[in-house]
Amino acid sequence: MKASDDSRSLTGPLRKTPSDTPRAERRHTPKVDVSGLYRRAVVDSFKKLDPRLLVRNPVMFVVALGTFLTLLLVFKPDLFGPSHVGPRYNAIIAAILFATVLFANFAEAVAEGRGKAQADSLRRTRSDTLARRQVAVGKYEEVSSTKLRKGDIVHVDQGELIPGDGEVVAGVASVDESAITGESAPVLKEPGTDTASSVIAGTRVVSDWLDVRVTANPGETFLDRMIALVEGAARQKTPNEIALTVLLAVLTLIFLMVTVTLEPFAIYSGSPVDVATLIALLVCLIPTTIGGLLSAIGIAGMDRVAQFNVIAMSGKAVEAAGDVDTLILDKTGTITLGNRLAAEFIPVGGHTQDELSQIAMQSSWQDSTPEGRSIVQLATRLGCSPSPAWDQGTGVEFSAQTRMSGIDMPDGTRVRKGAADSIKRYVAEQGGSIPDDLDGAVRTVAGKGGTPLAVCRGTEISGVVYLKDTIKAGMRERFAQMRSIGIRTVMCTGDNPLTAAVIAAEAGVDDFVAEATPEDKIRLIRSEQAKGKLVAMTGDGTNDAPALAQADVGLAMNSGTPAAKEAANMVDLDSDPSKLIDVVSIGKQLLITRGALTTFSIANDVAKYFAIIPAIFVAGVPELRALNIMRLHSPQSAVVSALIFNAIIIPALIPLALKGVKFRPLTADQMLLRNVVIYGLGGIIVPFIAIKAIDLLVSLAM
Amino acid sequence: MNAIFILQIAIPLLVLVAVAMPVGVFLSHLAAETPTRADRIFGPVERPLLWLCGLSREGRQMTWKTYSLALLSTNLLMAVLIYVILVAQGVLPLNPLKLGGLPPALAFNTAVSFTTNTDWQAYAGETTLSYFSQMAAITFLMFTSAATGLAAAFAFMRGLSGRTEVGNYYLDVIRILVRIFLPLAFIGALFLCWQGVPQTLSPSLHVLGPQGATQSIPVGPVASLVSIKHLGTNGGGYFGQNSAHPFENPTPLTNVVEFLLMGLIPVALVFAFGRVIGNKRQARVIFWAMAVMFLGFLILVTWAESAGNPLLARVGLDQVASGLQAGGNMVGKEVRFGIAQSALFVTGTTAFTTGSVDCMHDSLTALGGLVPLAEMMLNCVFGGKGVGFMNFMLYGILAVFLTGLMVGRTPEIFNKKIEKPEIVLASIAILIHPLIILVPSAISAVEPFGLASIANPAFHGLSEILYAFTSGAANNGSAFAGLAANTPWYNLGIGIVMLLGRYLSILALLAIAGSLAAKKKVPEGPGTLRTDTALFGTIWVGVILIVGALTFFPVVALGPVAEQLAMIAGKAF
Repeated sequence: MKASDDSRSLTGPLRKTPSDTPRAERRHTPKVDVSGLYRRAVVDSFKKLDPRLLVRNPVMFVVALGTFLTLLLVFKPDLFGPSHVGPRYNAIIAAILFATVLFANFAEAVAEGRGKAQADSLRRTRSDTLARRQVAVGKYEEVSSTKLRKGDIVHVDQGELIPGDGEVVAGVASVDESAITGESAPVLKEPGTDTASSVIAGTRVVSDWLDVRVTANPGETFLDRMIALVEGAARQKTPNEIALTVLLAVLTLIFLMVTVTLEPFAIYSGSPVDVATLIALLVCLIPTTIGGLLSAIGIAGMDRVAQFNVIAMSGKAVEAAGDVDTLILDKTGTITLGNRLAAEFIPVGGHTQDELSQIAMQSSWQDSTPEGRSIVQLATRLGCSPSPAWDQGTGVEFSAQTRMSGIDMPDGTRVRKGAADSIKRYVAEQGGSIPDDLDGAVRTVAGKGGTPLAVCRGTEISGVVYLKDTIKAGMRERFAQMRSIGIRTVMCTGDNPLTAAVIAAEAGVDDFVAEATPEDKIRLIRSEQAKGKLVAMTGDGTNDAPALAQADVGLAMNSGTPAAKEAANMVDLDSDPSKLIDVVSIGKQLLITRGALTTFSIANDVAKYFAIIPAIFVAGVPELRALNIMRLHSPQSAVVSALIFNAIIIPALIPLALKGVKFRPLTADQMLLRNVVIYGLGGIIVPFIAIKAIDLLVSLAM
Repeated sequence: MNAIFILQIAIPLLVLVAVAMPVGVFLSHLAAETPTRADRIFGPVERPLLWLCGLSREGRQMTWKTYSLALLSTNLLMAVLIYVILVAQGVLPLNPLKLGGLPPALAFNTAVSFTTNTDWQAYAGETTLSYFSQMAAITFLMFTSAATGLAAAFAFMRGLSGRTEVGNYYLDVIRILVRIFLPLAFIGALFLCWQGVPQTLSPSLHVLGPQGATQSIPVGPVASLVSIKHLGTNGGGYFGQNSAHPFENPTPLTNVVEFLLMGLIPVALVFAFGRVIGNKRQARVIFWAMAVMFLGFLILVTWAESAGNPLLARVGLDQVASGLQAGGNMVGKEVRFGIAQSALFVTGTTAFTTGSVDCMHDSLTALGGLVPLAEMMLNCVFGGKGVGFMNFMLYGILAVFLTGLMVGRTPEIFNKKIEKPEIVLASIAILIHPLIILVPSAISAVEPFGLASIANPAFHGLSEILYAFTSGAANNGSAFAGLAANTPWYNLGIGIVMLLGRYLSILALLAIAGSLAAKKKVPEGPGTLRTDTALFGTIWVGVILIVGALTFFPVVALGPVAEQLAMIAGKAF
């Protein structure tokens, strides 16, 4: 059932409401060509060997330095003093170290690849277009789109690309925005409305024409910003990432200290260690796994947001979404389907249910509003069938003056539905009587938070239609999920408190604000923030802009005004406000993935010690053989196996880094227990098994 | 191992916890600066002292920076004063043995050692220090250095509880001295006197020995020193043999009391913390986390010492405890204490970073010797006056940061977010400990000036070097004997290690507390990672052990571990 498909031709703006389509279908990205992604990533991983790029990642920089030193040892094994190992051993170590660096680069390149491909396809739409700039009223000159400046007015005809971001000042046209949003249905653009008057550079006018006032200089358009964002060029490290990088650098320093001081201790014990082996030990100990995957996790997190068709202005915003304590959601469009639908017919004045159904159906027969169609649907469901005569009637549209709509039959019968007091006045004017139980029925509906519509034929009021806000499928479960992970949901609505309370209870939100003005929203955000909470909200109108800016995470709708989009730190290209919840999950997933791989990386060191320490001292301190609990084949094979494990664990974990650890709606304690067992305990056990297995293979080859 | 053996360990431990709980309540009032009845009792003593210092009754509140500055400057002043006293000892009064001034390197080492609550001694007290030095320099610093550490811990707790003004350093020190250390040390000293510990200013006794030769027996103001030595987790002995000497620790009962005195404040501090931050569950979790590590180490050393020496077992020597012998490894142990009391003391003195010894750690089995070494390397199993507790919190921050991300939020501890500034500060504190242990030990292991002091070859020699610097870094002060530490290299090297180990970590941790206090409180909810659960306590201990093991495993493998394995293999040196 696609209720919105026919509504498009009848009412309102030309927009398919994405919330009507099932969630899974909405994860569309602008067509991205990912063929050759891996080939390009391989090339990029070599390009990233540039020391200026490597130095940004302290852990991998140490590995690269180690590779260089070991490489020198291949040619001159006694460079740093007498050596017991040949160039062949040094060469093997150098090769594995080099591979470790390449694997880390590859992880980052793969993560970037998707964004790059997306940026490329966006860039194609940005190619120079000719714009017709207005020089005087009715007079245009042709200029390149790169010459356009803020305030210029351009004319765009059917089939042409819109040359710059702007606001419609004249004309009505449908515009194909699929290049930006991936949404194939064209969108109606017209001047003067809050949401439908902004246009984006690179989209195409598919019918009619528009005059557009340019609102962004070239290079600053939404498209340009989007390209920079998806490409990762504008990527800055997020606060948590910075803190983690510091910690990884410190761990690297500690292990550097441990390995450097180990040599004097080894000399004292009469068992000096070769420099190549020391470097191997160092690289095994420093957190290369998380060090190599850290930036890939961040990029992939941004990319996951992009796959939901949300453009995050910074990684910080995504990370902040994971920390959010309170979600402020608009009722209409977010929690409920924007329209009120008929839920029940309540007959009055001695009429039967069937009579009322029949009359209500007739009153709405030519009414194309969602409310009207829902009345027809409900009546059909209750067993009414339309009379062919109704098609001959003339529809009477709703107006602000009458506050009624209905149908005038050729025989003079007038059927109306509308606000109860309007209908009462209408009937009274014509000399009809008001049934005693009408007010009771109206109160009942209002008491349930619904909207009562009275229905009359001629001078006779036959009953009340109960119009009800319909909550989107699955919202209740999602709010329950949010509650279980400690996020409070607050619903904002312009409805009266009674209606709001009913919807709030039905949707299962934690709190609501009724008769809310934009100022109320800001006040709400500030009061939550004063309690130390992080707040996320959605919005689209210009009057939402201050609240979007005040919120820690502001998700603006792409259909919204430029002011709203400017103030927010995320823009949803599908204009589906309930996606805020998905963004929160992605933010959490990002943090969880980082924590899990850090824990895994450090836990791995235990096994590596048991592989390497007995191996390097076996000649001088044979007693330590007892620590070789994995029974590794030989000292050389032990060092090489530990190092190989250390290298290949990076590509092995790339899929996890890109996909992210699955987020589950659990409490913090449950999640901690689960992840500590998997990544902490697992991180201790896995390398014991893997190193032993690699050693078996290596000993065959050696 | 019979019931009496186990009771000798179990009873002191139970008594310790039972006494520490009420003392914890008392400490919490001091830390939280809440008015109590004690104010009326101690007020008359404190008021003149406060007046003398120009302080009002409440004291001007300080930020963590001014607090640290006050701490550092008073400590510097005391260290200089004591250095002068030690160097000029020859011309100062109360010097019946006419002992000369200390050489500068030794005086520096000793002044630093006692100011930092380390009490590492590169000298033998009875033949080096005059009565005046023992009282005015050594005993004085035993009070003030302990008060310094405890004051720092109070300021740290106040910061964690959300106060940006962390108290007044001078007021804290005065209150700690007047209300805790002076009364308790006095009672302790009286008890020791009753048990036979000397407390006198008369010169050494001259007695006729059984062989007819005249023997000189040093005495002095011993009881007062030994009492605060343990209560303040100082550890420096009046005599070279420390608490193994019959005049410092004459009976099994004094041994237990000395153990209780050193454990009292460190254990009580944990309970006090729970009250200060208003979360007793948290205190219980911290207590059990520390207790589990303590018991683990205690069991290890007790087992290793009871099992005896594998080399002797190899040649058929009977080392089983029986009515005729204590059994196990009795080398370097006092017969009046036996294995159980010695093992308890070994575990306690390094857990509480006291550093006094009732048996010679150098003579422990290799595995048994690993226990004091490991406890000092971790430096947070209860720990000394305040600092061990602060280190434990440091690991807590690390544990929260490592595992906290896994719940999908920015890591928090005590409702404050941990971000870059805290991680940078924590990094300093985490880095400094292995740095000042491993680097000087490595230099000593290859340079002639380091190697010359070693008494035993091979693995054990490495353990001796490692132990010396670890003891200095952890401000413990216990010695693995063996090493001849009164050389310019070790005096200066260990002196600097003690300074860095003490003040850098205190500064970094106070800065963390200050930084956390200035942050907005994050409300608690189901999405908050709780630090007061058994699960997190387990993770806490896991992080401490793993970080400790990863840092020190290689060198420990070459020292005690290799030695034990060699002994099992029947190899002697």
